[in-house]
Amino acid sequence: MNIKADFIGFCAACLLAFSPVLALAQNAPLPPTGAPPATPGAPGAPSGVVEIDQGVIQPLPIAIPAFSGPARGGDITQVVTADLERSGLFAPLNPATFIEKNLDLSLEPSFPAWKQISAQFLVYGAVTMAGDGRLKVDFRLYDVYSEKSLLGKTYTTTPENWRKLSHKIADDIYEQLTGQGGYFDTQIVFVAESGPKTARVKRLEIMDQDGANPSYLTDGSYLVMTPRFSPDSSNRQIIYMALRPTGSTVYLFDLNTNRQETVVRFPGMVFAPRFSPDGNHIAFSVEKNGNSDIYITDLRSRSSTRLTSDPSIDTSPSFSPDGGSIVFNSDRGGSPQLYVMNVDGSNVRRISYGGGRYTTPVWSPKGDYIAFTKQEGGDFHIGVMRADGSEERVLTSSYLDEGPSWAPNGRVLVFFRESPGGAVRLWTVDITGRVLKPAPFQGSGSDPAWSPLLN
Amino acid sequence: MSFNTRRALQLALIVAATAVLSACASKPKTPPRVADTGPPPRHDTQQPRHDQVPQGPIPGSEQDFVINIGDRVYFDFDSYAIRPDAQPVLAAQAAWLSRYGSVRVRIEGNCDERGTREYNLALGARRANAIRDFLVSRGVSTTRIATISYGKERPLDGGDGEDAWARNRNGHTAIVDGAR
Repeated sequence: MNIKADFIGFCAACLLAFSPVLALAQNAPLPPTGAPPATPGAPGAPSGVVEIDQGVIQPLPIAIPAFSGPARGGDITQVVTADLERSGLFAPLNPATFIEKNLDLSLEPSFPAWKQISAQFLVYGAVTMAGDGRLKVDFRLYDVYSEKSLLGKTYTTTPENWRKLSHKIADDIYEQLTGQGGYFDTQIVFVAESGPKTARVKRLEIMDQDGANPSYLTDGSYLVMTPRFSPDSSNRQIIYMALRPTGSTVYLFDLNTNRQETVVRFPGMVFAPRFSPDGNHIAFSVEKNGNSDIYITDLRSRSSTRLTSDPSIDTSPSFSPDGGSIVFNSDRGGSPQLYVMNVDGSNVRRISYGGGRYTTPVWSPKGDYIAFTKQEGGDFHIGVMRADGSEERVLTSSYLDEGPSWAPNGRVLVFFRESPGGAVRLWTVDITGRVLKPAPFQGSGSDPAWSPLLN
Repeated sequence: MSFNTRRALQLALIVAATAVLSACASKPKTPPRVADTGPPPRHDTQQPRHDQVPQGPIPGSEQDFVINIGDRVYFDFDSYAIRPDAQPVLAAQAAWLSRYGSVRVRIEGNCDERGTREYNLALGARRANAIRDFLVSRGVSTTRIATISYGKERPLDGGDGEDAWARNRNGHTAIVDGAR
């Protein structure tokens, strides 16, 4: 899956001079359509062009004419366009409105022609077949108003890798314009559900984040739940729980070999496994005589350590990205709430103090937020809060929203929503709550987990 | 009609239907337990076939346990306390298990969908364990009892609303083996 990338024509000095043109924060609204940016180079703003943490009030108009060349040009353009549009930050313009046609990579675009249709950014590229049969893609990203090239890159890959290459281009554009990490060259593993609610068949399934290339990993002969990716993308591992009448099993599934192995054995139930940031440990719950406590296991030595010993439910552990802390769910205070402890089990403190019941805490890979499921007022919500419990923000609300998982950039969450009739679907929401959408996957699914950026 | 009773009757009907089907099968290899212990098929008589079906559960059978004792008790929301209405059922389960000492059971803790998956797995384990503790306190050996939590994975009732949720918050005592 190697994709070779070369930077070409990348002008750091231009960027420094340029950035940021548009801080789309609440206090810096989008300039009127067609007008130049009001506050170029506003001091103190982040390095990206789009300030996404505050929520985009209006997506940025971007023009993406079909990449030239007979091989895959249109397909690649479609995938790039769909990725950027789904992020909610960009509004790809209708190609029928484009005035300038037949763009040439060796020439600058005609900026007035793009200003005239209110494009703020322009992406175009060319696809050619290299002599060795590989696909070569050149592309450029321009800021239309400053008439500057922001990015130029060349990728070379095998033709069957064209979707992955498209996602990498979309990631490049997203990263350049937002200053945040990309998240399009990723996968989502989840539980595909079929059959009536009283006799559900559950299978592990994996797909690209845009719903392409779905494939089952288990056959449905036993219940599966809560799959999670190793944050270390080099080892391509998933950990999940299987449930049979004889008991529960935590499996480590290797995506390279499609083989799985049992990683922890205890007399009682084992559940709620999650990787440490380095992928070398897992934290999980062990049930003994009805009481659930949190353990940690070193995947190399397979030695386990008990972290909590409280006569309450302790479950759903999730590591901080520095590996030093674990947020978890406990009802030790009488109702399920969120607690943080050091990775050795010391210094336990409660962080959730709002009304309602808090479960499924997940630490953002960026470390700045913890996402959770909250049950209040008869509904379920996905929300985020700071690691100290401050700045709680509820992002969604429905009959049953559950189980958030972070995109690797820590700015988007995937979760599942179940309607009263039992239909269960994957959804995504950004951390502002403004971009809430069904995931681009028509099937029934729960317990989604976002992969790290792929290699 | 209580839910327990309705379930029990449904099960009894299924059992009866199974017995009839087995009797009709041309080459029954291993007849189900019910047919095995019931009156032998009498194909040479003029009697209607339904008269050949056992009229009541065989004492010590799984059907006996389900119909005459009750294999399920119910819990309040986010609670694993044995409710007053569950105590006579569990006391009867304990007595029945004492009478049929070779029976082994698996207690399955179940939850409604008004909780998240992992929390419910933990809650279901508490429920299963609470039932086990009750049975053990009434003299049933721990070696005869396994427990498991299904969390919210195996609802009895696929509906939504408090009636369905109340039914789905239960502990099920499933006979694993040793029944007649």
